[in-house]
Amino acid sequence: MSTKKTIMVVDDDSDYRFQQKVQLEASGYTVVEADSAEQAMEELEKTRPDLALVDLMMEEMDAGFTLCYHIKKKYPDVPIILATAVTRETGLEFDAATSEERSWIKADVLLAKPIRFDQLRREIERLLGIAK
Amino acid sequence: METLQVLVCDDEPGMRMSVARALRDFTFTASDVNAEVRLETDVAETGEEAVKKIDAAPPHILLLDHKLPGISGLDVLEHIASKKIDMLTIMITAYASIETAVRATRQGAYDFLAKPFTPAELKNAVRKAAEHVIVAQHARKLAREKRQVRFQFISVLAHELKAPLGAIEGYMQLLRDGSAGDDPEVYRQIIERCMTRTAYMRKMILDLLDLTRIESGQKKREFVEVDVVASARTAIETATPDAQPRNIEMRLLADHPVRMRADAGEIEIILNNLVSNAVKYNRDGGSVEVKIAESEDTVIISVSDTGIGMSEEECAKLFNDFVRIKNRKTRDILGSGLGLSIVKKLAHAYGGDATVASRPDIGSTFTVTLKKAFIPTGTMLDS
Repeated sequence: MSTKKTIMVVDDDSDYRFQQKVQLEASGYTVVEADSAEQAMEELEKTRPDLALVDLMMEEMDAGFTLCYHIKKKYPDVPIILATAVTRETGLEFDAATSEERSWIKADVLLAKPIRFDQLRREIERLLGIAK
Repeated sequence: METLQVLVCDDEPGMRMSVARALRDFTFTASDVNAEVRLETDVAETGEEAVKKIDAAPPHILLLDHKLPGISGLDVLEHIASKKIDMLTIMITAYASIETAVRATRQGAYDFLAKPFTPAELKNAVRKAAEHVIVAQHARKLAREKRQVRFQFISVLAHELKAPLGAIEGYMQLLRDGSAGDDPEVYRQIIERCMTRTAYMRKMILDLLDLTRIESGQKKREFVEVDVVASARTAIETATPDAQPRNIEMRLLADHPVRMRADAGEIEIILNNLVSNAVKYNRDGGSVEVKIAESEDTVIISVSDTGIGMSEEECAKLFNDFVRIKNRKTRDILGSGLGLSIVKKLAHAYGGDATVASRPDIGSTFTVTLKKAFIPTGTMLDS
């Protein structure tokens, strides 16, 4: 990696945020944290991350969706990984596998929580075009 | 208004008519549950007809003649018992012999009316049966509701216990995968966070045990003379290790001992919950004021803080099980969500109440009243 890439982690669960941050930093990324969609918006004014990892369900049930929409509007090129425990908690299946799904879910990849870190790292490398 | 169905089975047309007439406009209030009751009467001429009607739609109450042309009243009773139909039967018998009474009771009759009877005697017997039916209905409804509440409680509990496990599991995976890098400080933080989540999970389980003991009435209560001021002092001492590093000053306002007959452990639970909350939800450098006062018949505990406070809607739901106010200010404060629900239940057990007055960003005052003259029972009734 020539320059360190910056990843924004948005999640209201401080433990989860910390875990992602530790692992991403150990993998050579710079991490910007936000504990709410609101804080993420503030942070986005200051930083243009190379990638955003967003939790779907924060205080307001679908805050993640709205945030994704705003990120894509501000920085259309920043890839987004949307993490969700929805499938685990409600059994509701949804995905961002097809372009039609991606057109309304403004995310590039949808990962079901709990996310395995090696899987997350692969997705990040793929989205950032980092050759292994 | 509740309507109960009454079926009159008698082969004498005069009897059927006079019973139906006596019950037609008969309404009364079932005293135990305070429900207005009216009756709807149907008739059957024979036991066979009664059985057919019962099978189609069982009445609440059956007035059943013993001596019928075809199958007897006892045969009808036997049919009801064998099919386990939930209804009450009042036997009408011309010769109120002991033998008939005993046999009918064995078959499940609820009461007797000896011919000839007056309309007043009839109404009395029907009313007694109707009240029994209504009370049983209400008891069933309550049991259903209780099951429902219990089910909800368990599902929320499962969710609440899963959260810390999920966090700890996340840290464990991170350590196992060796993906945390090589900074020892990071490892120290990971261990610290696991310890905190474990401690709160333990706290939740302990609160839960308190709560189930309170609700099941299994907790042995020992009533002694308790000085509430001394209990408050202990609660403040218990909270000091959490208050000191954050420069939170705690004051006790009470000029003399305030005594009441109570279970010392319960008073301790109330004060510990209120004082530890006042510290937990305070700002650094804030203060906590514990005031113990009394009137002739009431002990008043009030605990004020200078913390984050709450909106009116937040205050309204605060005392329910597992309610934790979730916003940016409380996000990193851990709790079981059971403390205040326990406080309220205990206050009720002393004939008092627990209330809160709060202003966002200024602070909250929790007030608990306990009746001194409240005659405590050995076990605590569900409040």
